[in-house]
Amino acid sequence: MKENVVLEMRNIHKSFPGVRALQGVDFTLRKGEIHALMGENGAGKSTLIKVLTGVYGKDEGAIHLDGCEGAAAIHSPQDAQKLGISTVYQEITLCPNLSVAENMFIGRTRGVGQNWKKVNADTDKILRSLDIPAKPTQQLESCSIAVQQMIAIARAVDMECKVLILDEPTSSLDEQEVEKLFGLMRNLREKGVGIVFVTHFLDQVYEVCDRITVMRDGQLVGEYAIKDLPRVQLVSKMLGKELDDMSDIKDEQQEYEKEEGIPPVLEAEGLVSDAGIKPFDFHIDKGEVNGFTGLLGSGRSECVRAIFGADRVTGGTVKMKGKPVKINRPLDAMKNGIAYLPEDRKMDGIVGDLSVRDNIILAQQVLRGFFKPFSKAEANKIADEYIKLLSIKTASADTPIRSLSGGNQQKVILARWLFTHPEYLILDEPTRGIDVGTKVDIQKLVLKLASEGMSVTFISSELDEMLRTCSRLVVMRDRRVVGELTKEDLNQNKVMNTIAGGEE
Amino acid sequence: MSKDRKTSTGSGILTKIVRNQCFIPLIALLLLVAFNLIADPGFFKITLADNSAGNPVLSGFLVTILDSGSELAILAIGMTLVTAASGGQDISVGAAVAIAGSVLLRVLCGSNSRPETLQAPIIVAFLVSCLVAMLFGAFNGVLVAYFNIQPMIATLILYTAGRSIAAWVNNNELPVISEPSFKYFGEFIPGIPIPTPFFIAVACMIVIGLVLKFTDLRLYTEAVGINQDSARLNGLDPKVVKVLSFVILGVCVAVVGLIKVSRISTINYSVIAKDIEMDAILAVALGGNALSGGKFNMAASIIGAYVIQFLTTTLYKFHVQSDALPAYKAVVVIILVVLSAPKVREWLAGLSKRSMKKEAV
Amino acid sequence: MKKKKFSLKDLTDTNLLLTITIVVFFLMYIGAILFQGGGFTKPQTFFNILNANAALIILSCGLSLVMITGGIDISVGGVTALISMCCAVYLDFHGGNVSTSLLMALGIGLAFGIFQGFLVAYLDIQPFIITLAGMFFARGLTTIVNTKPFNVANEAFTKLKLTRVIVPGMGAPNRRGVYVDAYVELGVVVAILVVIVMFCFLRWTKLGRSFYAVGGNHQSALMLGINVKRTRFISHVLCGLLAGIGGFVYFLHVGSGSAAHATGAEMDAIASSIIGGTMLTGGVGNIVGTFFGVLSLGTIQNIVSSAGLDEAWWSGITRAVMLCLFLVIQSVVMARKKKA
Repeated sequence: MKENVVLEMRNIHKSFPGVRALQGVDFTLRKGEIHALMGENGAGKSTLIKVLTGVYGKDEGAIHLDGCEGAAAIHSPQDAQKLGISTVYQEITLCPNLSVAENMFIGRTRGVGQNWKKVNADTDKILRSLDIPAKPTQQLESCSIAVQQMIAIARAVDMECKVLILDEPTSSLDEQEVEKLFGLMRNLREKGVGIVFVTHFLDQVYEVCDRITVMRDGQLVGEYAIKDLPRVQLVSKMLGKELDDMSDIKDEQQEYEKEEGIPPVLEAEGLVSDAGIKPFDFHIDKGEVNGFTGLLGSGRSECVRAIFGADRVTGGTVKMKGKPVKINRPLDAMKNGIAYLPEDRKMDGIVGDLSVRDNIILAQQVLRGFFKPFSKAEANKIADEYIKLLSIKTASADTPIRSLSGGNQQKVILARWLFTHPEYLILDEPTRGIDVGTKVDIQKLVLKLASEGMSVTFISSELDEMLRTCSRLVVMRDRRVVGELTKEDLNQNKVMNTIAGGEE
Repeated sequence: MSKDRKTSTGSGILTKIVRNQCFIPLIALLLLVAFNLIADPGFFKITLADNSAGNPVLSGFLVTILDSGSELAILAIGMTLVTAASGGQDISVGAAVAIAGSVLLRVLCGSNSRPETLQAPIIVAFLVSCLVAMLFGAFNGVLVAYFNIQPMIATLILYTAGRSIAAWVNNNELPVISEPSFKYFGEFIPGIPIPTPFFIAVACMIVIGLVLKFTDLRLYTEAVGINQDSARLNGLDPKVVKVLSFVILGVCVAVVGLIKVSRISTINYSVIAKDIEMDAILAVALGGNALSGGKFNMAASIIGAYVIQFLTTTLYKFHVQSDALPAYKAVVVIILVVLSAPKVREWLAGLSKRSMKKEAV
Repeated sequence: MKKKKFSLKDLTDTNLLLTITIVVFFLMYIGAILFQGGGFTKPQTFFNILNANAALIILSCGLSLVMITGGIDISVGGVTALISMCCAVYLDFHGGNVSTSLLMALGIGLAFGIFQGFLVAYLDIQPFIITLAGMFFARGLTTIVNTKPFNVANEAFTKLKLTRVIVPGMGAPNRRGVYVDAYVELGVVVAILVVIVMFCFLRWTKLGRSFYAVGGNHQSALMLGINVKRTRFISHVLCGLLAGIGGFVYFLHVGSGSAAHATGAEMDAIASSIIGGTMLTGGVGNIVGTFFGVLSLGTIQNIVSSAGLDEAWWSGITRAVMLCLFLVIQSVVMARKKKA
């Protein structure tokens, strides 16, 4: 084996019920390099990292450390720590109620007693050396998220790790903080630490990384040196579309002719929510299909959540068909004929233990009111109708939704919202994690609904899907709208360039 | 799994019965019946005799079960809803029953604690006590839903204060009702040999059955209990639904308060409905409802309530002191909870799989 | 205003709630002196509060430990009653000696702690349910051991029970002008020792700190390399042990066995912990705060009884009001802190 390799993962397989999350993925990390791990949602990055850090067990494959022939046994986060693999996650895995110093040292050292003086002094030294603006005795919760993230990194660094995994550590940091973090990373690279860097920010990758491994759909796309992979190439690899094969898309592309004199179905001005997006303007016309695009974390979901009132709206005005409306909670939006299929199907979409039937009638039932329940016969009829209409594969309408496959769960949620007969349908990643056949079904359905006069906003990580269905794309980067593309601008190159940030 | 398949070819109905949530409490009931049959068949004897008021009434252990189990069944209805919506339990129901009963007496007696005639119609007094119980339910619900306090801790407040409040309502006096018709609710209506509480319980069951049929209560409660976030995105307000479940429990509490007070025509603040919260929670658990909320089966809870009363009565029959009862029930609870713990279930499933493999080899 | 905000953010949650508790206690005590005068100025009044609540202090310490790790234990009152009864029966009917009965008390407490801790930590069962069952089990068992309440006549025990520890320099002349020394019972000494030991344990040992970590965020704690299950288990075992000690101190104070002993003690202990600044959600709390929490409850009771109000129900209501108040304070303070 090569001398300077600190970590080698070979042929890693991992399946969850119904999903093959990793299919024979290889990953190699060398001493003293910063290695970006890139891929869109569902590509399998986080699964790979969780396998590496022992959060998940792997089904197949081997992990070698330090060029050893024998496979390393990693069964728990503690094992990984002992072997010198430290991880800093996007969500902070420190204890908010403890002091900064305690968070640095808890669970690491042997012995019974807690020597506060030593712990505080050591922490002070580390914080100073890394230039982190926090006091050792401060409660962690009172630090900003950025500082908490730095402290998590400081802890990992202080454990003299060989492999440092940074899982989207920069998503909550501002530019200066990111710079500071990069200084720290370069510093560690000098010391020979191998760093795995997961991020969605392309600028950052090109600023600090040496190598890139790209994943897609649980498979390895390839490993590249940074200079061999220009930015647009990277985006195309992540999205799984070659830059030059866009001819077939062109003819399917949607054109939308606005009817004159009709006010937009929905028009938002300066809308902003507490989920951390910049105020944005947005409008959609009758029968139009448009979409929000941008990489994960760019704020595309937060925008539609603000429109639906799912997050707390803190400013801006909304007009529907020219009339001002107030949408403060989902029910307001529903009453105004808006439907929203949420991004996170498991957490926000399905009501797991309820039957397919109850899941389908839920939204319309809420609209009808407490005292007008559907009778069992009515509900069954509706359920059967939609099960047939969307060809939902389920044993019966009585089956709990959680036992359905992802694609069929999604169809049930879709049926739920179609049943409310909305004027405006928002679909946030309706095709994520479902099979190809269903994906095509959903796209066709969207176009059919639009031709019947429904307005649809469509969000997807897969660009070709968006291009096939949308006649207008709102492009987002760093939580703000950076462009709007229509007609001849709707092609892979243009969209990727806009997402990537204007160069080349 | 394979075992299931083998049997299901022959008897799909049987597996359906086994899967039914009422199966567990019914099996428990059968076990108790069988135990009593073997130990002493006299347990099932029912006699018709005149009571002290000169009415012919039924008596016997089974009648006692129907009688006392009814209060529990009524509380189990509310407790099931609270459990389903909030994923926690209300431990203040006993104390709340004391308050409801005390308010009832206060309205009936006015300022005089030993009135010759009732100072207000019973129905008015009941409505007032109902209102008060609903208010206290709403208080618990608000703490749970709006202040995000765990239900058991939030209801701890009322648990601590309830009996004191009950005493305070009547200035710590013990009003006695001499009006004989007041006794009808807790004992017998002249001419009807079956205890009234049973009819009240049946009425409550019919009402909740109708409510579940003609409103969205079940769907809302289950949706909130299973997935709050999802429920919210479907236009429901989880907070309102949770408070509502506590208010409904308040109504059940008021009904039980009426029965309890009517039984003795007076009240004992520290003893009335003592430890009933434990039995009500146990009824919900025995009915196979997840104590962590979500889907619920009202019928199973109600059967569970009667099973528990059956157990209590059986223990009484074998001369277990009433103060020692909790120890036995606690053992039942511990066994139930341990058996239903996911970890234990996994382990048992693994065990049966392994033994099946061995058989195959 | 600005200054206040700054200090709010600067304090750790634990210290913030501790401060509130201590301030409330002193305000209450000063209020009692001002409005009810007389008795409250005498040190012995204060010591009597201690005497009456020594056992509760110990039980509350145990509850604080469990609550800091994010759990709860409501069996301590039942365990206390069981211990009193077992010790009483052992001393009077079986001619046992006092030290063996102490061991027996500790054994009972530990047994409950270990059993409940195992179910909670390793089988992931909700602590409330399992300790609720534990409470009923203990209460029922008490009756099974012996039905009728009775006073212990054992000589060695009675001697120990009547032992008074004189607090120097705190005495006061009585009505006749004779100087009477201030005293506390043995149990108070034990309680104060427990408070000191537990305070040190939580503050200066790694295990103690991991209690806070587990309560703060158990997933993070796992990621930080803490054995979460073991920590939870130990917290319940310690609580059980303290219930054993507390049970014996209670027994020493009342000197009798009865199934009705320590009724509602678990609720008082939880209330004391909450008033003392232990967060229900775990991760925040301080044994000193718990100590003051118990004193606050004791003082209220004293105020109520010296004001000539009917003690039985007034103290129930005042406690509940206080508990409610502190729950809401916690909820509001934490919400505001998050925003700031």
